[in-house]
Amino acid sequence: MNQPDLTAQAVVKRFGDHVAVDSISFEVARGSFFSILGPSGCGKTTLLRMIAGFLEPDGGEIAIGGKSMRGVAPNRRPVNMVFQQLALFPMMSVGENVEFGLARRGVGRAERRKKAEAMLERVGLAGATAKRVDELSGGQRQRVAIARSLVLEPTLLLLDEPLGALDLKLREHMKIELKQLQADFGTTFVYITHDQSEALVLSDHVGVMNHGRFEQIGTPQDLYYRPLTPFVAGFVGDSNRLTGRASGVDGGLVRIDTGDGWVVEARREGDVANGDAVEVFVRPEAAMLSRARESSAASHEGVVESLLFDGAKSAVLLRERRSRREVRVALPQTGEFADLQTGEAVAFRFDPARAVCFRARRDGDA
Amino acid sequence: MPDASVAAPGDSGWRKALLMAPALAWLGLLIVLPHAELAVLSFREQVGPRHYVPSLSHYHEFFHEPEYWHTFVRTAWMSIVATFATLCLAFPIAWVIAKIARGRAAVWLFLACMIPFWISETVRTLGWMILLRETGVLPALLVKLGILAHPVEFLYHDTTILVGLIYNSMLFMIVPLISSLESLDNALIEAAYDLGANGFTVLRKIVIPHAAPGITAGSIIVFMLTLGDYITPTLLGGKDSGWFTEQIYTEFITRFDWGQGAAFGFLLLVLSTLIVVAGLKLTGQRFGDVMGRT
Amino acid sequence: MIPSLPRPAWLRVATALYVAAFLGFLFLPLIVVSVFAFNDAPYPAPPWHGFTLDWFFANDPAGRLGMFHDDELMHSIWTSCKVGVWVTLLAVLVGLVNALLLERHEFRGKKLLSILMLVPLVIPGVILGISILAFASQIAQFLNDHFHWYVRFLRPGLPLVVLGQFSYIATIATLTLRARLSRFDRTLEDAALNLGASRAATFRTILLPYLRPALVGTAMMSFLLSFADFNTTLMLVGGNPPLTVLMYGRMHEGATPVLNAVSVFLMAASALLAIALLRRGPRRASA
Repeated sequence: MNQPDLTAQAVVKRFGDHVAVDSISFEVARGSFFSILGPSGCGKTTLLRMIAGFLEPDGGEIAIGGKSMRGVAPNRRPVNMVFQQLALFPMMSVGENVEFGLARRGVGRAERRKKAEAMLERVGLAGATAKRVDELSGGQRQRVAIARSLVLEPTLLLLDEPLGALDLKLREHMKIELKQLQADFGTTFVYITHDQSEALVLSDHVGVMNHGRFEQIGTPQDLYYRPLTPFVAGFVGDSNRLTGRASGVDGGLVRIDTGDGWVVEARREGDVANGDAVEVFVRPEAAMLSRARESSAASHEGVVESLLFDGAKSAVLLRERRSRREVRVALPQTGEFADLQTGEAVAFRFDPARAVCFRARRDGDA
Repeated sequence: MPDASVAAPGDSGWRKALLMAPALAWLGLLIVLPHAELAVLSFREQVGPRHYVPSLSHYHEFFHEPEYWHTFVRTAWMSIVATFATLCLAFPIAWVIAKIARGRAAVWLFLACMIPFWISETVRTLGWMILLRETGVLPALLVKLGILAHPVEFLYHDTTILVGLIYNSMLFMIVPLISSLESLDNALIEAAYDLGANGFTVLRKIVIPHAAPGITAGSIIVFMLTLGDYITPTLLGGKDSGWFTEQIYTEFITRFDWGQGAAFGFLLLVLSTLIVVAGLKLTGQRFGDVMGRT
Repeated sequence: MIPSLPRPAWLRVATALYVAAFLGFLFLPLIVVSVFAFNDAPYPAPPWHGFTLDWFFANDPAGRLGMFHDDELMHSIWTSCKVGVWVTLLAVLVGLVNALLLERHEFRGKKLLSILMLVPLVIPGVILGISILAFASQIAQFLNDHFHWYVRFLRPGLPLVVLGQFSYIATIATLTLRARLSRFDRTLEDAALNLGASRAATFRTILLPYLRPALVGTAMMSFLLSFADFNTTLMLVGGNPPLTVLMYGRMHEGATPVLNAVSVFLMAASALLAIALLRRGPRRASA
């Protein structure tokens, strides 16, 4: 890691009794794409607004490009932001929007125009300078908002759920475009979202935030395959969540009794002792279906409850035979189970190393 | 998410005080203090040159001179009638503009309702005078059509005053009505029909409750304007129109009896406040909400 | 009732007739006023004596005097304009400051203040007039008694007329500007700050352009209201009457068609103003 562009140290923000950001520390490396992922109300917007300077932290320190930002007004920070609803100025043309920041810096008219046009060209909007903002499509507006910020060559670009307002198809497209833009410009991006797929696809590193704290910071692969907390396991990607009690701990593996007649095995994460209440997360694609019954401990039986056809993401909802619990299992792409019927009895198994077991949280918040 | 609005840097006390100064000057010097002065004037009596004592004599005078309080009651009553008539006449038009006419037709109709009010009341009243006086257009027309044997004076009747008042009030009723009717979802009306209601029931159970704030707002404004009107009653009603504002003018400007004039002014203010409060109470609404709508 | 529901034919016909009658009611007085501005007769009354422009342009000191040569009339129009400009300036400025205060700041007594701002709208104009007249005289008296100052503008006259009209037009300006400001998306200001704009630059480049349609509209409305005001003006006017007061006086005496001519002139001026506003309005009002 080279010198970080953004460091936060023990940053705290309270609103009355509510602690919105609870002593958060992290670093974002120069030129990387960092996402803050969390459900709404987790404090991510507050954190972003503190970085942008619209809110002053109650405690801790935020440094950008190695300089402390304490007491620095938002219009004097080397940070630009792409707002949730984009906040393009409706009273100005596209070109004027992009020139806005340059004009505030006192850049001359000709120079400004040249830079704005060059920037618009880079984001694929050559010739849109004279257009009105409301003449643009959703994706184009998005690019104007980014161009408007990047033309100022900020140390850091903040993005506040900028894809939230777009429809699904366009959102998928813009994801890719954003990633390419970031690679192209090499600017450090800090992106906040509640959409785990956006965070996984786009980021070099993701911080998963909950109740004002980071649950885990890591690469998308880390979060997906090696979640460190039950929250991360549940929030990132789809999972089957089972509860039960540890009935045997053998090194890295735990045997779990669900209490209603089902026994599964899973990889242990953190401290788990025999008899602890635990939570187990199994991803639908970690389980494998078969029609033949096996009598191994790793094999389970169930009845097809419903078929969830969704192209490549098709899955089947099973009811486990003994516990009557619902389990979601991905359908393999081979077409092998294309003729599966509701009510059919099947077997399924999963690799214990790909299921993860945590000691249950005491407060029981899901 | 908690409201993350910035306590803007530089949002200090003096900035707020600076922004508050014009409002305080305006309301203090032009509204509050002048009305206090009016109150003081009305509650004192001159007993010698530049010598005054607190007294209710001006109010006493009002209640003991039948001409005064007759005028007062008459002004209030005619204003109420005019307000109600304006509401009844304006409602169908507001309905047509808000619900039936589409696109350009609605815009043009609305503009048509606006146009007369871009022109001062004096001009509009001049029009009515030319239309209605004995040598005017309407009598001449009626004679020509053989309906009347000879021209009749249409001015200087109470009905004429009412027509003028209604005419002047129309826009101020239509605008709040339209804005409250436009916000009524057509699906509610369709649903009511679908559930078996007829037109009258829909009007009573859906439309009027929904439009109540607009109706109240329009009625209050029209009532105030009518009560305080001067040109229309004096020109269409003639010398003896018996309008209370004229009474005030006479005391203040003609007779230079400021004490009596101030008392009359105060009574008019009390009357209008009472009727506005009663109207709000009756429809269960608050002043700020109602006025905010207009 | 609404187009999506069946409407019987009689109801459609009745509606159309009602709308027609209503429009007739609205426009009849204005049409009559206009027509008799061109009648070649000394009184604005039927019958029709033929077309003339005398009531606009005649300049015969012994006989007809058209409005453009009626010095008293022209002077009153000029007076109305002066008063209107002052009222407009004051009302728009104070309205803007009030809107900013009420939309952007929290303070004790805010609710009371915002209700108090509505009050002038429900005080009859005549009473606004007499109360300001009485108060101004009281101050003038005080200054005269104690300091032997004679303050001219506290006596009935145009300065008091301006203040009297302003006292309620400011309410209307505040209401319209506040309504526009409340729909302003404040993230636009955040965005401007974020792009490096100072507070002053944000105000100038973002907020003012956003408010401009409302400012122009409010200014026009204030001017028209001031021009048309009668009740408040009547109580405060000195020897220099604005147009409405002058017209009222002449109508009492028995009007000549010169007043019709002035009316036509006013209608034409309002129409031009309205067209000008509509022309430039929609282009950028979509903010």
